[in-house]
Amino acid sequence: MDEKGKQKKNSKKRKRAVMRTTILAILIAAIGYTIYNSATAEDVTVLKVGDKAPNFALVDLEGNDHKLSDYEGQGVFLNFWGTWCKPCAKEMPAMDRQYEVFSNEGVQVLAVNIAQSDFEVQSFADQYGLSFPVVIDKTKSVMTAYNIRPLPTTVLVNPEGNIQRIITGEMTEQDIEGFMEEIKPD
Amino acid sequence: MEKLQCQCGHVNPPGTKLCESCGRSLTEKEQNSKLVDMRYEGTARRSQTYNKSIIDKVWNFFSSVKVGVGIIVFLLVAAAIGTILPQKAFVPANTEATIKDYYADTYGVVGQIYHALGFHDLYSSFWFIILVGMLAISLIIASLDRFVPLYKSLKNQRVLRHPSFMGKQRIYAEGPGAEDTLKKAEEKLTELKYKVRTDKNGLLAEKGRFSRWGPYVNHIGLIIFLFGVMLRMMPGFYIDESLWIREGETRAIPEVPGYYLENKNFELENYSGEGGEEIFGEALDRVGTVAKNYQTDIVLYKKKEDALPGAVDGQEVVKEYPIRVNQPLKFDGYAIYQMDFRLDELKAMTFSFINKETEDSFGELTIDLIDPKKDYELDNGYSVKLIGYYPDFSGFENGEPQTATPLPNNPGFLVKLFTPETPEGETSFITIQNTVEPLGENDYKLAFQSVETRDVSGLTVRKDSTLPILGLGGLIFMIGVAQGMYFNHRRFWIQQKTDGTILLAGHTNKNWFGLKKDLNQVVEYASLPAYTDQQDEIDKQEKAEKEGEVLS
Amino acid sequence: MTLAEISSNLLYVAFVAYLIATFIFGGAVKGNKEGTFKSESRWGKVAITITLIGFAANLGYFFTRWGATGHAPLSNMFEFTTAFGMTLVGGFIILYFLYKTPVLGMIVLPVALLIIAFASMFPSEVSPLIPALQTNWLAIHVSTVVIAEGILAISAAAGLIYLLKVVDLTKKSKQRMGLEAIMYSLVLVLGFVIASSFFSLTGYEAEFTYVDKEAKDAAVTYTMPPIFGMNEYVALTDDAMTPLVEMPAIVHAGKLTTVTWSILFGTVLYWLIRLVFRKRIAAILKPFVKNVNIQLMDEIGYRAVIIGFPVFTLGALIFAMIWAQIAWSRFWGWDPKEVWALITWLFYAAYLHLRLGKGWQGEKSAWLAVLGFIIIMFNLVAVNLIIAGLHSYA
Repeated sequence: MDEKGKQKKNSKKRKRAVMRTTILAILIAAIGYTIYNSATAEDVTVLKVGDKAPNFALVDLEGNDHKLSDYEGQGVFLNFWGTWCKPCAKEMPAMDRQYEVFSNEGVQVLAVNIAQSDFEVQSFADQYGLSFPVVIDKTKSVMTAYNIRPLPTTVLVNPEGNIQRIITGEMTEQDIEGFMEEIKPD
Repeated sequence: MEKLQCQCGHVNPPGTKLCESCGRSLTEKEQNSKLVDMRYEGTARRSQTYNKSIIDKVWNFFSSVKVGVGIIVFLLVAAAIGTILPQKAFVPANTEATIKDYYADTYGVVGQIYHALGFHDLYSSFWFIILVGMLAISLIIASLDRFVPLYKSLKNQRVLRHPSFMGKQRIYAEGPGAEDTLKKAEEKLTELKYKVRTDKNGLLAEKGRFSRWGPYVNHIGLIIFLFGVMLRMMPGFYIDESLWIREGETRAIPEVPGYYLENKNFELENYSGEGGEEIFGEALDRVGTVAKNYQTDIVLYKKKEDALPGAVDGQEVVKEYPIRVNQPLKFDGYAIYQMDFRLDELKAMTFSFINKETEDSFGELTIDLIDPKKDYELDNGYSVKLIGYYPDFSGFENGEPQTATPLPNNPGFLVKLFTPETPEGETSFITIQNTVEPLGENDYKLAFQSVETRDVSGLTVRKDSTLPILGLGGLIFMIGVAQGMYFNHRRFWIQQKTDGTILLAGHTNKNWFGLKKDLNQVVEYASLPAYTDQQDEIDKQEKAEKEGEVLS
Repeated sequence: MTLAEISSNLLYVAFVAYLIATFIFGGAVKGNKEGTFKSESRWGKVAITITLIGFAANLGYFFTRWGATGHAPLSNMFEFTTAFGMTLVGGFIILYFLYKTPVLGMIVLPVALLIIAFASMFPSEVSPLIPALQTNWLAIHVSTVVIAEGILAISAAAGLIYLLKVVDLTKKSKQRMGLEAIMYSLVLVLGFVIASSFFSLTGYEAEFTYVDKEAKDAAVTYTMPPIFGMNEYVALTDDAMTPLVEMPAIVHAGKLTTVTWSILFGTVLYWLIRLVFRKRIAAILKPFVKNVNIQLMDEIGYRAVIIGFPVFTLGALIFAMIWAQIAWSRFWGWDPKEVWALITWLFYAAYLHLRLGKGWQGEKSAWLAVLGFIIIMFNLVAVNLIIAGLHSYA
């Protein structure tokens, strides 16, 4: 075989090797990705730290509207709760005490009740003497928008309106203080 | 491997069995066999040609039919084993640990092995996915390796083939012919919708070549389908949420931003066995009740353009619809299905205000368990004040009544009863079973009268953006199998030698019966020599040999 | 007579017609001693005419029942299995007119009879549809499946004839054992039919309570004398036979009892046949296939798969997925019935690849075709009755 023929053959061989390698690599990557997806399928969350906190409009027990966007420039301590949830009830007094401290420093607390009756929420608020606004998410739409699963869940929104932190489960008073400090505007 | 030069001068790629040009047998095995192997037209399957680097070896592995069938069989056996015991979704346990225990406790050692090997969650187990992935690789590589040379070979096929090629076709004839034999054969074959090409002293008639592409088309369909399945596992393509919604409630639809659903009414209807259903009487007597309809009448709302989640009056009605089994609500790429229900959850309780001693009633009051009022005024100065409401009363903690859930499963009420005689009020704690009087003996009480209930509908919210891809894959697959299986590729080669002798050969990829039917017409019309089915001849010979063996 | 009664009478007519046709087909084949095919074609004509009459009655059963219930009679074990028997005969009729093969009738018709008899052991009164089945997809999906399975079963019949002809029954071999095992299992089905009919004619019934595998109390009615007792069973019927063995909770002893009685009856029947004829059942049938063109049987078997496979894909997978998406919100849920449909499909895909790619023709192909039928029957019988799932409507 002459030089030229050999060259041609070699280039063809190389082309074939490249093509085969590429096809195989793509297919194997696809399988790997599928396995990865299937293994992590259950822990997909809609909201992540750093995302823009979805805006909402809810009414409190006095009939006042609260929009998240009203508090731009302030840190918002968004607490999702229900009267049946014991840890929720436990952290309420601590939240109330810290609210007293931080409300002057630009931190707002919004306690979002999950679709309970006015009566239950009002009695609860009266019983604990809550001073921060308590709003009721009657259609669970805010809960859905924030993809809230267990209660209590607290979403910290920083003054820029982004999610600073998501806490699921009960918080101690120390935790609450630290978190409010975190979202305090400069 | 070296290229193969045929006697006719054509240079074939290494691995070729039949010369691409004239059809002569190139390998010793082919030369010695009575019939040629016409699969893939005797072309070199690409993978067989090169076998040097690891990549080539992997490639060749997946190119093999044996490997492909092996993967199919593995999948088939695994899937079969996966149906022996229930999958984890169907066992009464939710956490990894309890599921593991369930298999061990219920099925013993077999259950333990089953669980350990991942059969309890077979279809998401990594090895099952790998097997399906390998099947996809095999589909792609095996198809590429066969389609390309087959396509080239059928595209470039010559009219005139070497007599040795023709003689080794299953349908073969040799005999004298007349001057116009070729012409008449051509006429008849054209009439039978064959594409006829002639060259010098021969003709090639061909019909249904596209059926040869069927397998590759259906493989493309399968690959598209598998691609859709892969996409489905990626976040965003697929939503599966359940939504329990009570009559009268309006709820944001999970994972469907901006939409709300109101449950106006849930209905369960059973077959009555009366009227037009009398014919089912016997069956109903045997099995008891049979459900006729599950239905949730809903109103679908959409958030107004600029409204925020949670805003009152921020919604507009999109449509009202009865969701039934087989009739999901569809909107905007989403679908909502009737899947489940719970009947008769408490909704309101009615009490009678009575004097414990005389049992005289001073009126009735109804407490709405979903949205209770605070004050209940009765006539003549009797009234009730609700102090505490515990929808799912679970006991006392530090003297405080507790509720386990927000649902009115076991409602408890802390009430104060006022009468003209007792303007200070009497406190009592009422649950379904009993009344507690925490602050001393009372003169009056609320006596339970009746309840109102409501049903809960279990709906499933779905979005599956991969459905169009899966549908396309399925469609292409069906086209491919129909193309490959309901049509046949039939060919006849006819040559007339200078002495007038006619050589005739026929081939089809399947349905030899149909091929012979066509050929019979041509033979009759063009007076071709009678043909033989050489496969029959071989079988007869083998049989004779076998019988010979038995005799000797 | 009501429409429903007319319907069941038509089914009897079909059954009797198939029974008569079976013997005439057998006679046609056996009578063809000199291999001239003259008597074969004459008696074949008579037999096919009777088959056609039977098939017409069978169709009559199907559509009158449809009229009576208002839905396609494909909604439970009795209806589906009967329809399977019908499509099997339908498939045979088509192939008979294509290939003129009385011997195929001699095998297909008894199998169809067996299937219809098996079907009649299940409750056959007209029953209403549950909500999930109230849609045209019932007719579309199930009828396509049942047609496909009928066609694919023809391939097994052709395969069986092929094997009867080529397997050497004079020498001990795996093939000979396999073939006889097939015959034996067909006799077992007959055993089930006889056992069920016998105990139902004698009106046997015994009720028990037991503790199921979720540790809940449950009740069960035996229609055959209980050989096996359910977990912690207590008899409610006074004169009930005491079960010989108590089974653990994961085994449904009631079903196991039915299976055991069927095997007992079937095995006794099998040995009676062997005693009377003094040879294997396969050997009894062997003379009938003497003049069979095995090449043709191979081709019929292959063509049946080729025609049946796309129909099966369409009905058992594609239509099934569309319906499942509509009714159950997901096109695929790995329900046992779905999985076994996929297994059947994969099996025939493997068959085609082995045949086309590896040249598995003739005997190998015939064995595969028979195995395919076994898988179909498993999906029909075992998956419905043993492995419970969404599809267990019976």
